[in-house]
Amino acid sequence: MDSTPVGPVTISVNGESHQVEATPDTPLLYILRNELGLHAAKFGCGLAQCGSCTVLQDGQPIRSCVTPVERTVGSEITTLEGLRTEDKLHPVQQAFIEEQAAQCGYCIPGMMMTATALIRSNPEPTIDDINTAFDGNLCRCGTHVRIVRAVQRAAGAAASGTSV
Amino acid sequence: MTTPTDTPIRISDEQPGDPTGIHAGAISRRGLLKTSGGIVVGFSLAAAFRRAGLLAQEPTVPPAGTPAATPSIEPGLVGTPAAQTQQDVQTRDVSGDTIDSWLSIDADGKVTIYCGKVELGTGLWTALTQIVVEELDVPVNMATLIAGDTLLTPDQGTTAGSKSIQVAGPVIQQAAAEARMILLARASERLGAPVDDLQVNDGVVTTLFDASKQISYGELATDTFGTAITGDAPLKPVDSYRVVGQSIPRIDIVEKLTGGPAYIHDLTVDGMVHARVIRPFVRTLNGIAATVESMDDSALQGMPGIIQVVVNGSFVGVVAEREEQAVRAAEALRITWSQIEQLPDINQVHALMREMPAEEVETVRTGDVEGAFATQASQVVEASYLAPFQAHASMGPSCSVADVRPDGATIWSASQGVYALPGTIGPIIGLAPEQIRVIYKEGAGCYGHNGADDVCADAAVLSKAVGRPVRLLWSRQGEFAWEPKGPAMVMDVRGGLDADGNIIGWDYTVYTPTHSTRPGRQPGNMLVGQQIDPPVEPAELGQVGGDRNGPNNYSFPNQRLTVHWIETPPLRPSALRSLGAVANGTANESFMDELATLAEADPVEFRLRHLADPRAIEVIRRAATRFGWEARPSGPEYSGVISAADGTVTGRGIGFARYESEFAYAAVAVEVTVNPADGTVRVNRVAVGHDCGLIINPDGLQNQIDGCVIQGIGRALKEEITFDASSVTSLDWSTYSIMRFADIPVIDIELVDRPDQPPLGAGEPAIVPVVAAVGNAIYDATGVRLRQYPFTPQRVLAAMQAM
Repeated sequence: MDSTPVGPVTISVNGESHQVEATPDTPLLYILRNELGLHAAKFGCGLAQCGSCTVLQDGQPIRSCVTPVERTVGSEITTLEGLRTEDKLHPVQQAFIEEQAAQCGYCIPGMMMTATALIRSNPEPTIDDINTAFDGNLCRCGTHVRIVRAVQRAAGAAASGTSV
Repeated sequence: MTTPTDTPIRISDEQPGDPTGIHAGAISRRGLLKTSGGIVVGFSLAAAFRRAGLLAQEPTVPPAGTPAATPSIEPGLVGTPAAQTQQDVQTRDVSGDTIDSWLSIDADGKVTIYCGKVELGTGLWTALTQIVVEELDVPVNMATLIAGDTLLTPDQGTTAGSKSIQVAGPVIQQAAAEARMILLARASERLGAPVDDLQVNDGVVTTLFDASKQISYGELATDTFGTAITGDAPLKPVDSYRVVGQSIPRIDIVEKLTGGPAYIHDLTVDGMVHARVIRPFVRTLNGIAATVESMDDSALQGMPGIIQVVVNGSFVGVVAEREEQAVRAAEALRITWSQIEQLPDINQVHALMREMPAEEVETVRTGDVEGAFATQASQVVEASYLAPFQAHASMGPSCSVADVRPDGATIWSASQGVYALPGTIGPIIGLAPEQIRVIYKEGAGCYGHNGADDVCADAAVLSKAVGRPVRLLWSRQGEFAWEPKGPAMVMDVRGGLDADGNIIGWDYTVYTPTHSTRPGRQPGNMLVGQQIDPPVEPAELGQVGGDRNGPNNYSFPNQRLTVHWIETPPLRPSALRSLGAVANGTANESFMDELATLAEADPVEFRLRHLADPRAIEVIRRAATRFGWEARPSGPEYSGVISAADGTVTGRGIGFARYESEFAYAAVAVEVTVNPADGTVRVNRVAVGHDCGLIINPDGLQNQIDGCVIQGIGRALKEEITFDASSVTSLDWSTYSIMRFADIPVIDIELVDRPDQPPLGAGEPAIVPVVAAVGNAIYDATGVRLRQYPFTPQRVLAAMQAM
């Protein structure tokens, strides 16, 4: 493992460029949470097994717990905090809140990032599409039914003209 | 106004800066509900509620970017350096005997509720808030709740057992009713009108006969309430409820879904450093017996940011400036652990449990079981059921922040039992319990006694060693290895049928360890307590929860229940959602089906004929009706179902339980499809009948029942902690499987609301009958009776091949 400290790394998160002091192999998740104060992405396993740390890299969901920060240089990272505008929640957030799709809620930010990527690539996902897209996102509380409803609601909002 | 809450410890969200030095509690609940500067969230539930005039203002979310900037009044995040903090809050009354210890109202009429029960992700705080604002007649968004702070909130014990609504709810409700009575007395004086002529709407008192006369709670709350709770204040009649019984949106969800620092994992304290602990996965009995034989930290030389490798006895942790540095250091440390006595062969565990040292206790004896079997029974049969070790498996590993100083400590904790921690951790770090303040901050779910307590003690030891606030996060593998487990159990049931196919006797025997090794002010119950030098012995195992739902609710004339309390369980046991009730519910309700088969009876009708309690009968009927239950005996010979084109077979099963044999009622009917080729089982749909008395929040209740059903199916089909001779081997999500999206059935819930009955906890009742219902459905589909869960493909195949 390369733990040699090498000057600042420049990454782009939620449309803003950040210079962070980090070794190149530092998992992106720690940078987001501890250096940038973006707490939505959560540590779940550190093994890319549970999806709690999901963020988007150039629109594609990635597991930030196993993504070295150097691999994100030159790309655009989007976290849950970056989905909304200044005065308006993102339709996926809106849908999850309307469905009250959370129990403990720890996994939900990762779910919302997966949902965002899914709906952008597949505006009218079937239940099977959703189940496939979310296979790598685990929920222990058993909120799956509401999460699926929220994804469908968000997709419906997207279909009716709200950009996702 | 002057109340004890106006001591310096109370930091309002209007204050500039952040004198606490704590950044994380960025979005306050109060902030969430303010309208100024916020944007409107279109809650569908809230919208309906507003139309009914019950929610004065739109719920709002803070503008983007606020999380890192807004000072905090987040409950649990008020905190100056520990010693100073404790002096500051000396005046706060946490007795629980007075109105002021539960409630305060400020000059703006805002209500603060001080509560000893914590939010575990179940919606409890929303429901308790509903109860209080209902009794006070104030809007939901005028109330803030502070909970689980050992120096600010009354000690209501452990938040567990789905007891918070039924036990803590009435206490807070009574405090609110008495507060209202005093406020009305003050209003009567100020308005010159008798109390009987007063009414309250949204915290404003008006007179019935003169609309010009009005005064707000804020104007009336010029002083503390100053009185003990008498129990004299009348409660509002249930039929006048406007908030209780409504699906109020959860007060905690917006923060969680907008990236707010909602969890203990998100907490940041000035000067905080990061840590990881290193333990062997090897373990024995109640804890970790292995000791450090040698340690090589040469790989840490030159690593940046390392503050200290902390070694105390066989407890080892690394503390570093940054989180990734602590992770790297923990990975780089080379430790040789001593050999420990071996764990038993997992395949022999249940057999061994029958032989382990145990205290035998007969807890139920009704009539004469043996006499009935001998003289009245036409058939006596018996069966044994086996339950596995299972894990809490929260999505985030346990986490704590501890700030230990020579004269006091503050520990932030996701424990269910914050009040027991000072007395548990104090002896480990050399402080008196009074010198330790524990502040609750939500974890990643809970589901019982997981690592949330241990991690606090670990963090405290590390903070003491380095003299700085330490944030400790356990690893995923550590969580699976070290958290206490829901223990394996063995249940033997004998039953007798008379010539008419009625049950005349039920003889139930369970082999179980205790299901609680909570901290209990016993430092030896903490892993680190057992590892430090000198180590502290764990407390003797008690006898808790292993018999839960052993007693059934059927009206069999002759019954016996015998518990063998095992004293040497192979893994550290403790409370997992519903404790022994899932295993006992599984045995009771599976055996009920086995007798129904013997009696050639429909399983629903068979249960109903043995029940006298109308509420029990009602939930079974509702579940069956909702499911579209076809009345017939179970088994392929009766169902007439032949294999589908793909070779799969489908069946249905039912299970019923009354939680702890005396609280909420739940019945679940399930449909499964079994693939005989590979042994896989899928639950297609579930219908639930549920009666927990008066319903506080129907939407929140449904959410909890969904959780019970889904977690219950996972426990029925997938979940099993495995171990080899020395180690837990199910250490991640590939080796401990839980439900995934493709596994989720359609869930149809029918709530029986009983406004004339007290509200009962609903976080656990519906999980109790799920495993049995699934097993019963597998029998209906295949004719194979499975008596050991989880019903994995291997077990299903083996049983089908043995037919």
